[in-house]
Amino acid sequence: MKLFAELYAALDQTTKTNGKIAALTRYLSQAPAEDAAWAVSFLIGRRPKRLLESRKLAEWAIAEAAVPDWLFGECYHAVGDFAETIALLLPPAETSSPLPLHEWVEERLLPMRDSPDDVRRAQLVSAWREMDEGQRFAWNKLITGEFRVGVSQSLVVRAIAETSGVSAETIAHRLMGEWQPTPDFWRRLIAADSSDADISRPYPFCLAYPLEGAVEDLGDPREWQVEWKWDGIRAQLIRRQFRTFLWSRGEELITERFPELEALGALLPEGTAIDGEVMPWKDAAPLPFAQMQRRIGRKVLGPKILAEVPVALIAYDLLEFRGEDVRERPLSWRREQLESIAPPNSALVLSPIVPSTDWAELTRLRQESRTRKVEGFMLKRLDSPYRVGRRRGDWWKWKIEPYSVDAVLIYAQPGNGRRASLFTDYTFGVWDEGKLVPFAKAYSGLSDEEIREVDSFVRHNTVEKFGPVRHVKPELVFELAFEGIQRSSRHRSGIAVRFPRMARWRKDKTAEQADSIDTIRALLPSQV
Amino acid sequence: MILTYTSETPPLSSSARPRPFPRLSRHNRCVIELSDAGLYCPAGGFHIDPWAPVDRAIITHAHSDHARPGSRTYLTAQPGHSLLRARLADDAASIESIPYGHRVTLGDVTVSLHPSGHILGAAQIRIEHAGQVWVVSGDYKLAPDPTCQPFEPLRCDAFVTESTFALPIYRWPSEAAIAAEINAWWIANRDANRASMLFAYPLGKAQRILSMVDATIGPIVAHGAVEKYSAIYRAHGIALPAMWQPLPGSQPTPGALVLAPPSAMSSPWLKRFGVISRAMASGWMRIRGARRRRSLDRGFVLSDHADWPALLSVINETRAETVWVTHGYRAQLARWLEEQGRRVGTLDVQFEAEESEGAEAEGEQ
Repeated sequence: MKLFAELYAALDQTTKTNGKIAALTRYLSQAPAEDAAWAVSFLIGRRPKRLLESRKLAEWAIAEAAVPDWLFGECYHAVGDFAETIALLLPPAETSSPLPLHEWVEERLLPMRDSPDDVRRAQLVSAWREMDEGQRFAWNKLITGEFRVGVSQSLVVRAIAETSGVSAETIAHRLMGEWQPTPDFWRRLIAADSSDADISRPYPFCLAYPLEGAVEDLGDPREWQVEWKWDGIRAQLIRRQFRTFLWSRGEELITERFPELEALGALLPEGTAIDGEVMPWKDAAPLPFAQMQRRIGRKVLGPKILAEVPVALIAYDLLEFRGEDVRERPLSWRREQLESIAPPNSALVLSPIVPSTDWAELTRLRQESRTRKVEGFMLKRLDSPYRVGRRRGDWWKWKIEPYSVDAVLIYAQPGNGRRASLFTDYTFGVWDEGKLVPFAKAYSGLSDEEIREVDSFVRHNTVEKFGPVRHVKPELVFELAFEGIQRSSRHRSGIAVRFPRMARWRKDKTAEQADSIDTIRALLPSQV
Repeated sequence: MILTYTSETPPLSSSARPRPFPRLSRHNRCVIELSDAGLYCPAGGFHIDPWAPVDRAIITHAHSDHARPGSRTYLTAQPGHSLLRARLADDAASIESIPYGHRVTLGDVTVSLHPSGHILGAAQIRIEHAGQVWVVSGDYKLAPDPTCQPFEPLRCDAFVTESTFALPIYRWPSEAAIAAEINAWWIANRDANRASMLFAYPLGKAQRILSMVDATIGPIVAHGAVEKYSAIYRAHGIALPAMWQPLPGSQPTPGALVLAPPSAMSSPWLKRFGVISRAMASGWMRIRGARRRRSLDRGFVLSDHADWPALLSVINETRAETVWVTHGYRAQLARWLEEQGRRVGTLDVQFEAEESEGAEAEGEQ
């Protein structure tokens, strides 16, 4: 735990990628295999199943720290991080634990899940008393399962690659799918030998950056494969040894939620992996994504919902063909094989290729995106391999301009983590018959400097306080951008928007000049 | 009278029979009230740290949110005289100073200034009027600091206290631990050929750091704002290590410790130092978020304010019947004290620390 808490502190104490990789490599080469496996598992964001309700954790921490509930709440608002608040509030540490990470996890943390409350509480308090402040913080993070330390998965992958000498691509692949953080797993992860056995394991997804600059700069359009950009659930469908696995991009196994696609798997040849998008799909056309949301939350899928919201896999790419990893082959070749194995009249829909001879023509066609219920185009170089992670150059997303609306800041509340005790989370209103109605919440899009400026405005122009929320003088106007817009009975404005964010601070506008709800209603798709 | 009471909680808790509040006893007239210009003592005819020009101002210390220009006359503690002059940037300002503990009569009150341990020359203002003693704390700390006189505990009937760090998450580590952390960080940077850029408030904090670090590790470079106040400290006989002033266009000094005000954080001034590690010394650094959102590599928990345990112990030792809470986590401290059975009011002052971390972070422009 000592080494691990130090690693956590070291990762937290540098903003530089190289510094983080150095800290990780140092840890991974020192830690025993038992510890390294757990550390990697936590660092890439895997978490043990919920061990303890936050409410209980807070209650026991409050008792141990001997502060009233309300004061704990105030402290949490200032810190913006639950695990950290507790670590800062506990009585000063008197000792430091010499036990290694895996002992803490396997013998102290995991058994807590199945113990009665009084045992859990005693366990927790005694753990705190054995640890120093840094260890308590890391420990609390393990319990709350919010173990994010500002390292991305690819950074962890690079560090493991550096420690082991195995290529980053191989490490990334071996970290996919289902595995248990055992010393054995760690040894296989860093082993030079690459005969891997797990039949469910997906490939890392290749992601694209938004197009930078003019599309004409990409050169001859005939060197590019142009597809519509669908807005569903990115997924990988795998068929191996007569079994089907469907993985989400968040590396969740979602096969059971899409029986249509599990059935589709049986129609595919042995040894196949297809990258695609799960879309609500009916009569050869997409349904609104909101329909999909009706399905996602359900544990049991009845015949009614399956009939109302069927899904299809819009197939983009072929990663494994007849048991062979074909990611290094050119896209044009992979597409040809994908077409050859696509079962006709099935839940597999080949992502349509848009003929590309002329950028100007494509630019015009892109304007039809909204009526086609897509987000724009994907541009992929025909000779590109299927890469690991987000890369520039071979693949670009060329999205349509977002919707935009000028709205007035009406409520603000402090953010979390690095934005704790700064007012960074805003609610915006638009005019409705002389009143401002809340219309959207947005957290992103401002520079640090602008955030500070808004923060100071909020502090000096608070009209009312509701707990941490400030009602402010309606004065600041922001241009909000968003991707989609729908009617909603759950929102006071009657409208729900997708991915709202602040595009610009309109310092040139007064609150009176902000948009009205009618302007926004006009953006709604006409009712079918 | 413009005193305001905390609205979040009833003014008195626990007592069997509710009493009207404020219950001013025979003598307990309000010696201090709030005017448009700040804390005002009507019986003495002076303001304390006014934020608008007044006839007579008593200044607790020379930080910019407490010492503002434009008043007709200023009174401050003697060790803070030159600092106040430098702050007001006005050779003509009428500044008087008196030694700590020296009693003067102003109108109907007797005033004396006592060390608050905040920075050089910082004072608590003790006001005696008709048998009642009020103490206005200004900003204060209990932690040891070789660059200024230590905090002097005072008894009083009413205590006006700051509350900048009045949450129990704010507990300061020992000076020795922080000094060791800074020195270790500096050595690691020096060995990696980086400059150690340490952002700190240029008056008080910077000099305290200079007194803590091991100057044999490498050269120390000071931003102009730091040098300006350090010179005044030296003139008061406070030993500080020698510092370099960077010349425009000069070579980077890898391995140096660079002291700069937080306002320099995003300025091109930093460029001349080549590769740097960025750190800040402040009580706010107790919280990771405060460091991370400034993209700092390190945060050193070093404050010139009292932490939570120190606030509570100082308030207790005053034995004050009534506590008035000013700038900081005001409502929180007031509520805590009330739940402990104290009589509490809050004063809405315009000192910068007002529940934000802006003040200490902004530094000098």
